[in-house]
Amino acid sequence: MSQPIVETKGLELRFPLPTHFLSREKPVLHALNGVDVAIRPGESFCVVGESGCGKTTLGRAIMGLLTPSAGEIDFEGRRIDTMGEAERKPIRAEMQMVFQNPYASLNPRRNVFETLAEPIRHLMPEKSSREVRAQVEAVLDATGCDQSWQRRLPHEFSGGQRQRIAIARALVTNPAFIVADEPISALDVSIQAQILNLLNDLQAERGLTYLFITHDLSVVEHFGTRVAVMYLGRIMELAEAETIFRAPKHPYTQLLLDAIPKLEGGSFDNPRKPGELPDPVNPPPGCPFAPRCHMAEAICRQDRPELRQVSDGTLAACHFAE
Amino acid sequence: MAMLEVQDLHVAFPRGKAGEVEALRGVNLTLERGERLGVVGESGAGKSMLAFAILNLIAEPGRVSQGRIMFHGENLLDLSERDIRGIRGNRISMIFQDPMVTLNPVLTIGTQMMETLKAHRKISETEARRLCIAKLKEVAIPSAESRLDAYPHELSGGLRQRVVIAIALLTDPELIIADEPTTALDVTIQAEIMALILKLCRENDVALILITHDLGVVAEVTQRIMIMYAGLCVEAGPTREIIDNPAHPYTAGLLRALPQFAGRGTKLYQIPGAMPPITALPPGCAYHPRCERATEICKQKIPPFEGGAACYHPLTAHATETEATS
Repeated sequence: MSQPIVETKGLELRFPLPTHFLSREKPVLHALNGVDVAIRPGESFCVVGESGCGKTTLGRAIMGLLTPSAGEIDFEGRRIDTMGEAERKPIRAEMQMVFQNPYASLNPRRNVFETLAEPIRHLMPEKSSREVRAQVEAVLDATGCDQSWQRRLPHEFSGGQRQRIAIARALVTNPAFIVADEPISALDVSIQAQILNLLNDLQAERGLTYLFITHDLSVVEHFGTRVAVMYLGRIMELAEAETIFRAPKHPYTQLLLDAIPKLEGGSFDNPRKPGELPDPVNPPPGCPFAPRCHMAEAICRQDRPELRQVSDGTLAACHFAE
Repeated sequence: MAMLEVQDLHVAFPRGKAGEVEALRGVNLTLERGERLGVVGESGAGKSMLAFAILNLIAEPGRVSQGRIMFHGENLLDLSERDIRGIRGNRISMIFQDPMVTLNPVLTIGTQMMETLKAHRKISETEARRLCIAKLKEVAIPSAESRLDAYPHELSGGLRQRVVIAIALLTDPELIIADEPTTALDVTIQAEIMALILKLCRENDVALILITHDLGVVAEVTQRIMIMYAGLCVEAGPTREIIDNPAHPYTAGLLRALPQFAGRGTKLYQIPGAMPPITALPPGCAYHPRCERATEICKQKIPPFEGGAACYHPLTAHATETEATS
């Protein structure tokens, strides 16, 4: 197997919460609890889960927007989380991010040219202004944006057009790896397909690797190569995208699949009681999913299952997965 | 007589010195007792506007410029503010998208529930409290008694939306209008909330107008669908029939664009362009610039609503369908 482009080893991230001034307790939120992923070059690695499961935190930690509390992050075999800013700068050009809401992620006072030129000027200061212009023009073409957009401001564009601009900004430094955090969930249905196709085309043309963060499993089915299902800061199941829909191993994955509304109907007639996410500050001992799990037994409430190899090449963190 | 009949509804907003733009351009719908209708469309299509208009909640400077909203044979648009209050929140309830915005953050759940009850019923404090607890139990909220004294921020998103549903049910309404009730929630919670709404509607014979952009949710919950585009209903009919055999190219495009319909690694079908804003509608059918089937006539005249769809070149015709009636 080829070397992973991005790898995390035992990644942990803790957020200290505000303490009460009379209390001696120091509550800590464990957003990531030992996450190991190895993302292969050229794949679309999807991370799914409910809100609060840590999927966005994982993406942001890999991008260096959050500092891990423990563990390490490698990019093309080099450890990046401990690098100084100067050393890391050229790597930032290789790793870029697309955010969920293009209404919030674009600076409203900056025209499209300035938005797209900024990453080149910052990360590739050796480029001349002519080269910057050429690179901006090339990326506009590649993402289906019109050259006339250059002098216009974000408010002049629709949501789909803004997301194209955000994708162009992520691509302008010719990165190899893109974190896309819910890139289509703020868009209208008829626009979502346009953006998904664009991401697919760009991947085929440029050999991009995606870390695709989403809550929408039907998108994963179409788009993903491999999927990690996260729950309370841990990976519960990691499998090939095709396998996970055909043969999910973890009861939590099954719960997520059952919850998708289907055009054929029938999912809401006998809903499974989904329960609610436990308090992440005081997670239950044992398996974090046990309080919601229909197959949980005594062992689940005591011992936390490790992520282990089960059938079909899938990894699952469940005592009963086969 | 149908329970609710919306006839040729137009909603207009002033623009410029003397001009007006129409957010709704003549919408018809009929709803029978206990029937569940899904209203589907992209943002800006006018689906929420329709809900607000039915409840006479169009904010100034917007106004209903034409049409009638007949509820049990009575035009809601003719009622005084006092009389409409006897219907709004009482016989017709509403559930909005974001429960954190719907609920007042500085009042307890109990206070907000009792307030609703007292506005519509002459009822004693103890009786009101008893009824509130009963409704909270009906929407499956654990330890309902103690939740009455809780504030909205103390509840999770799913619980909050259940409180909103409990409030909507307090007065035993005949019709619930739910505007994207699960869009702010996780899929697992969405499934639970939609299943709850479906069950409560069936058990109490309550009619539902479900406004959403999610065709999957509509397919699961409703009996009939109405597809809106740029302020008009472009297709209406029985849910199953429309999902299996859409007549309007826009409906067909929306369905084909769903990732479920494309094989892995294949390209998704995409509708080109975007919906025009109501301030810059093209002449003729508003969808024609995006439509593969458009011809000369589509660019000139707005297609009439016939055979279940407003289209000159429908893909199929729904038998004996008039707009949103069955």
